[in-house]
Amino acid sequence: MKALIPTAAVLALLAAVPLVVHSNVTLNFLVVALMIALAGQGWNILGGYGGQYSFGHAAFFGTGAYVTAILQVRYGVNAWLGFVAGIAAGAALGAALGALTFRSGLRGSYFALVTLAFAEVLRIIASVAPITGAGVGILMKLDLGVRTLQFQSRAAFYWIILALVGASLVTAQLIERSRFGVWLIAVRENEDAAKALGINANGVKLAAMVISAGMTAAAGCFYVQYFLFLDSGIAYGTWISIQALLTPIIGGVGTVFGPLLGALVVKSLGEAAKLLAGDAPGLDLIIYGAVLVVVIWFMPRGLIGGFAQMRKLLTRGPAASGAAEAGHG
Amino acid sequence: MLSPAILVPAIINGLLIGAIYALVALGLTLIYGVLHIINFAHGALLSAALFAAFFAFRLLGLDPYVAVLLLAPLFFALGYGLQRFIIGPASHGDDRNMLLVTLGIAVIIENVLLYAFRADTRTIDVPYALQTIDIGATFLAVSRVVGFAAAFAVAFALWLIMTFTDIGRAIRAVAKEKLGAELAGVDVAHVYAVTFGLGTACVAIAACLLIPTYYVNPTVGDAFVLVAFTIVVLGGMGSVPGALIGALLVGVAESLSGLFLGESLGQIGIFLIFIVVLLVRPSGLFGARA
Repeated sequence: MKALIPTAAVLALLAAVPLVVHSNVTLNFLVVALMIALAGQGWNILGGYGGQYSFGHAAFFGTGAYVTAILQVRYGVNAWLGFVAGIAAGAALGAALGALTFRSGLRGSYFALVTLAFAEVLRIIASVAPITGAGVGILMKLDLGVRTLQFQSRAAFYWIILALVGASLVTAQLIERSRFGVWLIAVRENEDAAKALGINANGVKLAAMVISAGMTAAAGCFYVQYFLFLDSGIAYGTWISIQALLTPIIGGVGTVFGPLLGALVVKSLGEAAKLLAGDAPGLDLIIYGAVLVVVIWFMPRGLIGGFAQMRKLLTRGPAASGAAEAGHG
Repeated sequence: MLSPAILVPAIINGLLIGAIYALVALGLTLIYGVLHIINFAHGALLSAALFAAFFAFRLLGLDPYVAVLLLAPLFFALGYGLQRFIIGPASHGDDRNMLLVTLGIAVIIENVLLYAFRADTRTIDVPYALQTIDIGATFLAVSRVVGFAAAFAVAFALWLIMTFTDIGRAIRAVAKEKLGAELAGVDVAHVYAVTFGLGTACVAIAACLLIPTYYVNPTVGDAFVLVAFTIVVLGGMGSVPGALIGALLVGVAESLSGLFLGESLGQIGIFLIFIVVLLVRPSGLFGARA
């Protein structure tokens, strides 16, 4: 329980923001950043702790979003139920995809490729299938209220996404401290050795993928409740696959707070670019791509790893940190 | 049910377009065979090469079949530089990092193109775009026949380089046993970069063969590269003959499924082949490695 205190403190601090900040622009920025943090935490569970790098987490984001929207618009299902169904659908897709890929022994390059291809297949299907609104997209009716999960105030949306992010942080922390988490890290570090020790590697990866997919799907469900519009390019586009993996990598891959920190940095960079060069198409993605390369190059363990390195350097002196570096490499 | 008069041209056209796919796939499989990573920047580099061919024609008035003499060395240098000075140092020898860096480069190239040229689709007009040859059973587009011949010429040239030159031997040595090659005095970083350069040059050649009858926009490469991924997986990652045969098979499959199912579903057909092959036989139809 003691370990949860920093998490609780961070969440309490963030929860107080709308009480002080009333600017819709700032709140909107934070809502989107938190949404990306949630999608990124999903990627982090599978990629960061489990070492399975997915290049197509849009598959889960988009499925969550579409299921939430379609159930409400086409079948009149309650918004809360739609939200939960969206998460469940994302998790189910994760289970199906995981069962197929892990059983065939796909790792590394192959896993990245097959996730990318699945997201792309779903994008093409969504762009032609009538139920998704095909090329036109799907528009949700504006109907404010708690029942419809639509609010006038940005603060309400902010607290909802913060609660989801809080749940994802606690989940990551519980995984980190559990036997399951240790297995997952063992699989990441050396899958064959983990198997030799009797760990059911495929089962562990599959469980991680289901949790991961569910979290990223939740971000998708939130997206459509917040923006009330969805098309195949948004739901299954590269932008979300890239940001889902970029945020944990910038913040610190395989750390609890990495995705949250990374999301705030990524979104700030995106906004700064817009201020400097105007809202040109592609500009934010150019920056994300460049940041991805630069971070891997100069800070492979992300900001959190970088901070830890610096603290070690300051407290123990350069010799000790040099030894630690050698041990790590 | 279907008369040979429809089927035969569809198959022949499939083979011709398959040859262009083969060029894109050759680059990909070459890089995989040596570096053991999938180059996710391959599609973006193809888009960039198509733009280069487009502007060579529009601004310099160079026919694409002439421009290839300029663009192939240029893209070789680009690929060499990317691997030697960015991908190699940035990834610290870790495969997962290498994948991410190629993905990052893909995102940068694609969006720089989008930023500079917007999402507009462009085409060029060459006099031979609509010329055909009558072979009795059907008419063949001249540009496709040229592409077919050029693809095999390039594959043959690659085979010559790999078999008879020192750098070819070094590349094969690194592909088989990296540490051993390094101990024998092979400069692995240089070999990696040469391989990446060769793969990128293949893409530039493919672009010059495509541009007379195709269009260019910032994401045009994606469609090709997913087809190329399919071919490479089908033929076995790293296998050059596998890529050639796989490409012809996929070309015919696409042409036939387009005939039976229509264009957009034909594309899904390719993906389904891809996913099924990956799941059922990831070593490919001709690959021996698991």
